[in-house]
Amino acid sequence: MAGERAAGLVRELHRAAGGHLPPFRVEELRQALEEMRALYEQNQADVSEAKAGRTDLIFLIRFRHCCLLRNQRCILAYLYDRLLRIRALRWEYGSVLPNTIQFHMSAEEVRCLRDYGEFEIDDGTTVLLKKNSQFCSTSQVLPVKLLAHIANCLHGSGLQFSSA
Amino acid sequence: MQGTKLEIPLWLAKGLHDSKRRIISVELPKIYKEAWRTVFSADATVVDLHKLGPYYYGFGSQLLNFDNPENPEIAQTLLQTFISRFRHIMDSSQNAYNEDTSVLVARLDELERALFQAGQKGLNDFQCWEKGQASQITASSLVQNYGKRKFPEMDG
Repeated sequence: MAGERAAGLVRELHRAAGGHLPPFRVEELRQALEEMRALYEQNQADVSEAKAGRTDLIFLIRFRHCCLLRNQRCILAYLYDRLLRIRALRWEYGSVLPNTIQFHMSAEEVRCLRDYGEFEIDDGTTVLLKKNSQFCSTSQVLPVKLLAHIANCLHGSGLQFSSA
Repeated sequence: MQGTKLEIPLWLAKGLHDSKRRIISVELPKIYKEAWRTVFSADATVVDLHKLGPYYYGFGSQLLNFDNPENPEIAQTLLQTFISRFRHIMDSSQNAYNEDTSVLVARLDELERALFQAGQKGLNDFQCWEKGQASQITASSLVQNYGKRKFPEMDG
């Protein structure tokens, strides 16, 4: 069934209890993205045919689109849940995670974590967030910057989409 | 291809379903059909929802997406089942302190187990506070238990 690899990623993560971070499954993720690429290309070709008159292809196009969405959802859930676990570990362990945990993180996740401790505010000063430190801002801009930063982290995890 | 009967995953059925164009029609799994609905309405508290589900409520809610004529009855059964079972879940989760709860949760579906767990957490936090332990600094439980496999939840 389509989306099995992506769903497998989610399943493994779901089984890892207690906030445990399993190794980052680069190969499985690559295969899931490859499946998405193939589905997308097949659909691109068939859409042209369908427009040229082959309306019998519409069901198949719709089916592939469902598979693409399924893959996207599983992959996003996988990456997002890992980010949440890493964030929780950061708060409990401090800025330096044990090597055993770091080995399970992708390069992008490591970079994201390093950036996570710092936030830029309006006037460009950086604030280093350590546990129990307090940060107060009357500026409305911070939440927006935070959202942009998170979006950047997700993007930096190597996930690329075509607008299907 | 018309009239073919296939088993497909929920996400695919949802993606293919179209209210206006009848691409697919969905047959209800048996626990959501009338026979089982009658069982539930008789006494919902004794049913083993883990064995029948384990996502009885979640999946049942998703089933409502398919314009089935029995949807009002299905929705009603889901709701009444939950209502009749909830009181017991709430009571037992609030009263089981420091005991083995596996029997209590054995026949709960996943939603109910999550509720039970939330109740247990509240109970434990309260007991901790009552003992004056809430303000004590303790080692992080995430760090202490990291990597140790907790007793695995029973997978259906």
